[in-house]
Amino acid sequence: MKEGNRALSLYTLLVFIFLLGPLAIISVTSFEPGTILKFPPEGFSLRWYKNIFEVSMFMETFKTSVIVSMLGNLLALLLGVPAAYALSRFSFRGRDTLNALFLSPVLIPGIVLGFTLLRYLIVVYGLPIYAGLLIGHTVIMLPFIIRVIASSLANFDFAVEEAAQSLGAGRLYTFYKIVLPNIRSGIMAAILIAFLESFNNVDISVFMTGPGVSTLPIQMLTYVQNYFDPTIAAISVILMVLTAALMFIIERLMGFAYFTKR
Amino acid sequence: MALLSLEQVSVAYDNHFILEDFNLQLEKGQLLSLLGPSGCGKTTTLRLIAGFLNAEQGKFMFSGQDYTHVPVNKRNFGFVFQSYALFPHMSVYDNVAFGLRLRKLKEAEVKKRVLRMLDIVSLNDFEKRLPQSLSGGQRQRVAIARALVIEPDLLLFDEPLSNLDANLRVNMRVEIRRIQQELGITTVYVSHDQEECFSISDQVAVMNQGKIEQLDHPAAIFKYPASEYVARFIGFGNFISFENRNDEGEDIELSTKGFNFQAVKRLNGAGNKGLLGAIRPDDLQLLVNVVDSKLVSNTLPGTVQVSTYLGRSYQYEVETELGTFTVNQEMEEPFRQGQRVTVYFPKEKLVLVQ
Repeated sequence: MKEGNRALSLYTLLVFIFLLGPLAIISVTSFEPGTILKFPPEGFSLRWYKNIFEVSMFMETFKTSVIVSMLGNLLALLLGVPAAYALSRFSFRGRDTLNALFLSPVLIPGIVLGFTLLRYLIVVYGLPIYAGLLIGHTVIMLPFIIRVIASSLANFDFAVEEAAQSLGAGRLYTFYKIVLPNIRSGIMAAILIAFLESFNNVDISVFMTGPGVSTLPIQMLTYVQNYFDPTIAAISVILMVLTAALMFIIERLMGFAYFTKR
Repeated sequence: MALLSLEQVSVAYDNHFILEDFNLQLEKGQLLSLLGPSGCGKTTTLRLIAGFLNAEQGKFMFSGQDYTHVPVNKRNFGFVFQSYALFPHMSVYDNVAFGLRLRKLKEAEVKKRVLRMLDIVSLNDFEKRLPQSLSGGQRQRVAIARALVIEPDLLLFDEPLSNLDANLRVNMRVEIRRIQQELGITTVYVSHDQEECFSISDQVAVMNQGKIEQLDHPAAIFKYPASEYVARFIGFGNFISFENRNDEGEDIELSTKGFNFQAVKRLNGAGNKGLLGAIRPDDLQLLVNVVDSKLVSNTLPGTVQVSTYLGRSYQYEVETELGTFTVNQEMEEPFRQGQRVTVYFPKEKLVLVQ
């Protein structure tokens, strides 16, 4: 028994090294004072962190990424909250089909989705790139918004809603005063998860960016094609820290158990 | 005129009628129970009255007005749910105040009424508590207070006690009856528990497959079920199909396979219709002597097949020429398995159903 436990501990440790090792290496190399990314680093310097803020493209694309993710998030919420509500609250013909349809952007390879959006939104309908980017990101966020809010609504006893109505409340009033306050943490988690999904997205954005409009991950991709200095490692570290902070908040709000059930 | 009436109402779901040409009347101040197994349409009827469901056909009249298309939030009916359905994010006080605030009452008036209602349901010091910190019985009382505080024209209960444990159930049903009578509020109560319905109701409607089988005072239903279905549902475990019936004498004369029976004639024919005899296990008697049943009416010779101990009495399964009968009998020395006995059917307990 003791033997088995030790073997299991070792195995777990190896898995963790496999998962976290690359992240640790990137983190360490980001402090390299020299101009070439290497491991182990030859000293300690914050030079490349400073460089991020000096390259204007990083700052601009960061701004674009944040705006697109936030606006797209808002649009996805406007579409997703009513959809999640309808899917949880009512049983109707075609509900399962609709459910599958809403989740389909997760199942289709991002490249296919991105190319299709480019082919139609930009080429056929001639939408501006910025609008295309926004729509693309709304589409990839929608499944996460619907999924998380629907799972939050699954725990909601809709008799509570009927109780409010029997006491004289209209449908909309009931939704705002009774339903929303009870799924608030679910909505917060949905926003954060969708934001991460959108902010880190490459495969859709790569089709939806063009002259003058780009997102941070795309800019990073372009950068590593041309430069091999540790700036990219420094950005990665900052993004990792931000992501970890968001995940921590989500965990606090709902717990990860929320997403693994069902 | 009746306060509430459903006229020829039909409700369908997936092309299947749950209620069809359904009629129901209720007088002001009365408590009516809808009793039946799950799927009999009792909850559908209640939700229709509440306004959560719409009738495809028919009319719902309330207090002389057509309520068929009045939306749920304009009906001013109180509804108490099986799951209590308290607002989880609101305190007991805010839960009860919800309906009053929607009616735009001044906060001082709201407070006065909420506190008075919490007093009626004995929850005086619980205003600030959240629902999750209350016991089941307390939650149910908050739910009742919340439904009552709006001074509803009608109070509706959907299996309100089925999530409580047995002792609390009995206490709460007495409580519900007390409050209902104190406030004189017309009430429709849905349950599958016959004891619960009989104990608190002025009227009981026994439902089956979207129809009312019998609507009467609890005692009348208990003694004189009108149909085989009602008889079975309320515990008449024994049945005899008769071949002949003669109503000319003082008692009703019945016979089948050479055995003769008598049943008492009752005023207005309660429990006197049809050719199927029904009797409760408690009302049958077992006699030790074997008599000639062809000569002595209301008796049947039989053999004890199974004997089980129920605490207060023994229960026997007795096999006879007319089938197996279940008999409950209090006694010191129980009958043995295989013992020959005579089953006696007291004529005043024998009920005839259709």
